Amino acid sequence: LRKNVEDFTGPRERSDLGFVTFDITADILNGKIGSIFDWNVKQLFLYLSAEYSTKNNALNQVVLWDKIMLRGDNPRLSLKDMKSKYFFFDDGNGLKGNRNITLTLSWNVVPNAGILPLVTGSGHVSVPFPDTYETTKSY
Amino acid sequence: AAMDLFGDLRRMNKRQLYYQVLNFAMIVSSALMIWKGLIVVTGSESPIVVVLSGSMEPAFHRGDLLFLTNFHDDPIRAGEIVVFKVEGRDIPIVHRVIKVHEKGNGNIKFLTKGDNNEVDDRGLYKEGQNWLEKKDVVGRARGFLPYVGMVTIIMNDYPKFKYALLAVMGAYVLLKRES
Repeated sequence: LRKNVEDFTGPRERSDLGFVTFDITADILNGKIGSIFDWNVKQLFLYLSAEYSTKNNALNQVVLWDKIMLRGDNPRLSLKDMKSKYFFFDDGNGLKGNRNITLTLSWNVVPNAGILPLVTGSGHVSVPFPDTYETTKSY
Repeated sequence: AAMDLFGDLRRMNKRQLYYQVLNFAMIVSSALMIWKGLIVVTGSESPIVVVLSGSMEPAFHRGDLLFLTNFHDDPIRAGEIVVFKVEGRDIPIVHRVIKVHEKGNGNIKFLTKGDNNEVDDRGLYKEGQNWLEKKDVVGRARGFLPYVGMVTIIMNDYPKFKYALLAVMGAYVLLKRES
């Protein structure tokens, strides 16, 4: 699992808005998961979440991007230059200068019937936000 | 066969009738006890819910059954599927947590969204409400069975079916003979 990120924050009234672009390379089929798509797995709900702490809140988690992977879909992900699907708003101004935002890829296994586990991928990336707001860029 | 049925009824004396009624009452009480026991064990006021809408497709469809837990110490984390009720409304909603902001003292606020919806749930919350809190949560989805909940949806949408089912159950219980 590998992610490369480029990010910056923009000022938005009371809350910082973060912009992140990333690449994801993941091979869900092989690797330590083995054959995760067995007869009882209907789909995987994959999501990329950013976890960090700020002065306002001890723990923050924001889902930046998600994807549904059905049994039978190509299990290899090779996404480049993705923009976050959802707005990365902080509850306050905790993104500016925050050195430690951890991006993790996780997935929810949805069976045909049975237990619904949530699995966290082993690779995770730490991302620092710059100390100043970016006023010229946007996407 | 219908004549046999009436024959049976007339032949049953009072004692047998009381016996059958008590049998029936015992079954109902046991069922209620099991349900209450589930509520205690899972910590959720409604440990089994039926999915009512298609907002979580293709994972869950209308009629699927969900099993919930609501342990007090379980933290609410992004990616989890929660069942919540909007203040003032009765209908439980099954969606996924997409944003969490938790303070050091344990105070938590979070945002949800249905997998199959374009936008987050802010439009579903109360007027002026932007976040959900722990008190709004009925439980976390831990397991599920497809289709099984369709029975309750049919009973809701077609009351005649519900009465017919109850009548059949009542007749069966009252006329059943233990050999």
